[in-house]
Amino acid sequence: MSSTEAADDDHVYLSLAEGHDDGDARWAFGTGFSDPLHGVDTAVPDAVDGSALAAVCLALGDDALVASQRLAEWCTRAPELEEEVALANIGLDLLGQARMLYARCGQVDGTDRREDAYAYFRAPADFRNVALVELPNGDFALSIARLLILSTWRLALLSRLAGTSDPVLAAIAAKAVPELTYHRQYAADWVVRLGDGTEESHRRMRAALRELAPYVEELLTATGDTVPGILAAPDTGTEAVREETLGVLRQVLAAAGLDLPERPAAPYRGRGGEHTEHLAPLLEELQSVAREHPEATW
Amino acid sequence: MAAGPARAAEQDEDRDPGAESRLQAGFDATIGKDQRIEPRDWMPEGYRRTLVRQIAQHAHSEIIGMQPEGEWITRAPSLRRKAILFAKVQDEAGHGLYLYSAAETLGADRADLTERLISGRQKYSSIFNYPTPTFADVGVIGWFVDGAAICNQVPLCRSSYGPYARAMVRICKEESFHQRQGYELLLTMMRGTQAQRAMVQDAVDRWWWPSLMMFGPPDGDSPNSAASMAWKIKRHTNDELRQRFVDMTVPQAEKLGVTLPDPQLRWNEKRGRHDFGTPDWSELKRVIAGDGPCNDERVARRTAAHEDGAWVREAAAAHAAKQAARAQARTHEGAAA
Repeated sequence: MSSTEAADDDHVYLSLAEGHDDGDARWAFGTGFSDPLHGVDTAVPDAVDGSALAAVCLALGDDALVASQRLAEWCTRAPELEEEVALANIGLDLLGQARMLYARCGQVDGTDRREDAYAYFRAPADFRNVALVELPNGDFALSIARLLILSTWRLALLSRLAGTSDPVLAAIAAKAVPELTYHRQYAADWVVRLGDGTEESHRRMRAALRELAPYVEELLTATGDTVPGILAAPDTGTEAVREETLGVLRQVLAAAGLDLPERPAAPYRGRGGEHTEHLAPLLEELQSVAREHPEATW
Repeated sequence: MAAGPARAAEQDEDRDPGAESRLQAGFDATIGKDQRIEPRDWMPEGYRRTLVRQIAQHAHSEIIGMQPEGEWITRAPSLRRKAILFAKVQDEAGHGLYLYSAAETLGADRADLTERLISGRQKYSSIFNYPTPTFADVGVIGWFVDGAAICNQVPLCRSSYGPYARAMVRICKEESFHQRQGYELLLTMMRGTQAQRAMVQDAVDRWWWPSLMMFGPPDGDSPNSAASMAWKIKRHTNDELRQRFVDMTVPQAEKLGVTLPDPQLRWNEKRGRHDFGTPDWSELKRVIAGDGPCNDERVARRTAAHEDGAWVREAAAAHAAKQAARAQARTHEGAAA
């Protein structure tokens, strides 16, 4: 190699080793070297009920963590590389939301716990996520149908929570809105493709919706369970979220030549800690290394 | 498989026997002046074939390389490490995508390349056939494997083929971030419990030699290197890059407090570089031939994802065709009205 070339390469190596202070914004949220809620004023306003606020953060955090874990299971198994990237992107967004919600929960529930205490050192019965997110992935149709239902409901709720009187939850919700808008769009596009595509894809989408229909009611009811009177705006009630969620679902499914079958609600109350049999093994895997080394720092 | 411009060149040649030598002279001049060859430029078939092979192998390595670490996303022991790992594995899928696109500028087709990977006709980096039994492997892969990849790839940012060189600039930046994160995980673990320190040293012991093998066989035994060097697809020999990696890594190992498992490793004052032992080249041959610890499971996983996803890809294609037909029908209706 000529000495100029070697010098050029050394220059590149050196620049790789330098700090990336300007570039961290392009990396996925929370993967850099700084604290996610750094600089945010974390004092709870007097008008806000701390325990209600903690319950909302925990419920929405658990939904996001468990949904993200299921999306992570798709890694290296997606039908196409573009889907590999998109599903990871969505999983990362939800993981980022869970982390901020847990951090807020720890500040207001009086325990001063960190995000990892919530994720790794609670038993399944202490998790407050809805059953919908803990169901196994099934095929791509089932995962996509679940993503559509979850992101439609979550967007309807968080777009309203962006106006809530707790500034930290409001900021977390405001950051989540564009993310969830993308998740919903991505899922809706695929539901339409699969509903319209081939006989097989249509049949699989129908089967997925039939399997998931019993879990939709818990989600819609849970809005009321988890978001008591801490919301400022008048249109933030359970009914408004229910209407928007069902309205969007009907519209997307109609475009796909599908519908949401009427089925009796499943008998689980995730917000009360009553889960399906699928949550315990999911958490066992998620928590395995952390619990094997409880004294360790990572 | 030849793309349009090459075909055109072949036809020209039928009419004018001097054309090919003029095209070749132009190509040689571009390479000689260290300028870039772009997709529409004429290029010798050997150059095109070599590039497709190298870029495809690189793309396959990114995609197969998601597996050993991807296994740990669901088990990462903190949410921050989970996010870092998830994002890293996602970046690898993105690198695979850019590289397949670069190969497509040479007339290759992604679906066909995937078929070649699955059927074993094209290779991927042998390093990904080793298992990842502990979470420390995630850190050591970042430090060694991404570090070695950077050594290999930084010179490729000056590769003579434009789309490949540009893809490598972006990939190298991301790899360097991954390396930094991997090393930072190890630093944190070394400050942790005795069990964590032991886990790091064990992972270092297992990954060191396979990482040195990532640079390929020794120069005397590397059949494709000479042509790639002449065409400036490749800029340094395997042994030069291996030496560079060792020299970079030794001080990092000291800072970390781990021992590199090579009793012959020592500073050579006269050369101003480190002397080091010889990797077990028969092991590299075995792993490349398909008999590494995880070859079968890596290819089986990729095959299963590809086959399980076939109905999804068919549905997307069918929907797109229906949409196009509907749009055309609407246009006709519009014209009739």
